[in-house]
Amino acid sequence: MTPFTQHTGIAVRLLIDNVDTDQIIPSYEMKTTGQSGLSDGLFAGWRYLDPAKRVPDPAFALNAPANQGATILIAGENFGCGSSREHAVWALAEFGIRCVVAVSFGEIFHGNCLRNSILPISLPREAITKLTATDAEPLRLSVDLPHQEISGEGADAFGFEIDPYGKRLLLEGLDPIGLTLKERPAIDAFHAADKARRSWVYR
Amino acid sequence: MSQTLFDKLWAIHRVGGETGGADLIAIDRTMLHERTGAAALKALASRGLGPIAPERVFAVMDHVVSFKEGRGKNESRAPGGDIFITETRAMAEAAGIHLIDSDDARQGIVHVIAPELGIVLPGVSIVCPDSHTCSLGAYGALAWGVGSSDAAHAIATGVIRIKKPQQMRVTLEGVLADGVSAKDVALALIAAYGAGGGARMAIEFDGPVVRNLSIEGRMTLCNMAVEFAAFTALIAPDDHVVESLKGRGFSPDTADWDAAAAHWQTLKTDPDAAFDKEIIFDVSAIAPMVTWGTSPEDAIAVSGKVPATANDRALDYMGLAQGQSLAEESIAGAFIGSCTNGRLSDLRQAAEVLRGRQVADGVQAVCVPGSKSVRRAAEAEGLDKIFRAAGFSWGAPGCAMCFYAGGETFAPEARVISSTNRNFEGRQGPGVRTHLASPATVAASAIAGHIADPRGYLAEAAAEPETEAARS
Ligand code: SF4
Repeated sequence: MTPFTQHTGIAVRLLIDNVDTDQIIPSYEMKTTGQSGLSDGLFAGWRYLDPAKRVPDPAFALNAPANQGATILIAGENFGCGSSREHAVWALAEFGIRCVVAVSFGEIFHGNCLRNSILPISLPREAITKLTATDAEPLRLSVDLPHQEISGEGADAFGFEIDPYGKRLLLEGLDPIGLTLKERPAIDAFHAADKARRSWVYR
Repeated sequence: MSQTLFDKLWAIHRVGGETGGADLIAIDRTMLHERTGAAALKALASRGLGPIAPERVFAVMDHVVSFKEGRGKNESRAPGGDIFITETRAMAEAAGIHLIDSDDARQGIVHVIAPELGIVLPGVSIVCPDSHTCSLGAYGALAWGVGSSDAAHAIATGVIRIKKPQQMRVTLEGVLADGVSAKDVALALIAAYGAGGGARMAIEFDGPVVRNLSIEGRMTLCNMAVEFAAFTALIAPDDHVVESLKGRGFSPDTADWDAAAAHWQTLKTDPDAAFDKEIIFDVSAIAPMVTWGTSPEDAIAVSGKVPATANDRALDYMGLAQGQSLAEESIAGAFIGSCTNGRLSDLRQAAEVLRGRQVADGVQAVCVPGSKSVRRAAEAEGLDKIFRAAGFSWGAPGCAMCFYAGGETFAPEARVISSTNRNFEGRQGPGVRTHLASPATVAASAIAGHIADPRGYLAEAAAEPETEAARS
């Protein structure tokens, strides 16, 4: 995975609450069992006037000329709620998004971000309002993961929380499975002891 | 120290770990379906990794399988969906995990078949790359939905690394009125506290209402917890749960049964255990509910009006206006099924409304039982005949019209009443306007041709003696 430390990029405002993963990647855009080839389908229902013909809707923020090359997405409350489909995160990553800022996140989406080198930042609504309150187009934001800060150009910086495990995954670009397999002896010992306690689970 | 049920489940499965506040939690069972499970199996195979315990991994075909009667083994309801079926099958076989294929007599929606087959049991930890895995908490299991990467992690390592969530208890008090079901309670709760009301919490449902609910009703309640943004939901197992699991495929065998049942008895919250948050919710005044908007929190009583606070975006999508009564608009579709309300008791409730009646002209009405076992049981008591006579089609089990995967669906802007769990934009098809409700309300609305209160129909049905047979 690509490590995440500091990042500066164009931020797109999608200031809507409860954006669900069906919107981020509609199910009909999940065409293969793999993790790639999804970025074209990102927000397909909103991004295209006609998803089948891929005619862009000029009113959708991702299509604004100033926002081309965006790497940060700013949203409202409960972003990524709904379906567990990791394809939503794979589509965002393939599109080039490195960081999503929202008031809150869907739980599974949040975990999926951390496992795919996308930094999910939760900020109070007031902070998001301040960060986005500029006429400058495009909006540029800078994120500093080691110091857990996000700021706009010439604007105040806001601190954010992230759990230490998630931070480590991002900073070091770690592979979670490889990391856990190092603990195989402890896992095997647990299973052996647990089999004696709850034999029926291991049939 | 006093512990909650969730604390106990966590402690039973905690292997250790503690890398930056995250625990290693042993995963007893992993379930996969062809829509998101294929990606997990593929990720493993591409790294040359295999399952640490293939006998505790289960793959099922449910999401994109056709729901046409007599469907072919690879027949999908979505263009290109057969790839998900054939690739998942091939990878499941290569990995040596259990495969419950589209033509298997045990097939059905993953969350519906988990208890039917004894895959979920009280006290087990179970994950699936599917957000409604929380439904299985109704059995007193530590069950939650994960992404495909975490599912692959669980299969390869036998554990998931995760921080223990905060906990909430929702105590349901009062008495449910006739014609009001677990679905209505869930919608009323989410409407009262918002779609983010249970954010990241493990929610234990408790109280007299929960204890009186059927196990199926408890599953409906837990199913909707993810629409409340919860980490998961759970309910302490009682004697009904224990009894119900006897003799199911993967349940403990006779040699283990007593030890298992004794362990299950301990799975409850201690009297003075503390929760991070408590909600006490009185259900007595709840009427049959229906959603007007594009979030499950947009729920009102069927006889209610679209609130004055309704946002324009949702109203625009739904073709509604503030202050409008929902019964004013005619409906074009009705769907009964899904992991929320596709079990036998759901079909019975709908059939009670439908018996001897006809779906209104212009309404495309579809019923798809949640599993083959549900379908067989429903047919054994003649429910299929009631549905068909009323004008419903009777489909082959799977997720069916719960979500749009490409392929056949309702027309854009069609107003559809549905016993499912998500009314998101486009969830049932581009432009389709989904109203969530209980199976009884879906049935009543299909007959009326507009959103309707089931209680009038149920009262009439109760007056006819022959309906007793369907209910018992
Ligand atoms: S029935 Fe619907 S909500 Fe349930 S698992 Fe299938 S698609 Fe998901």
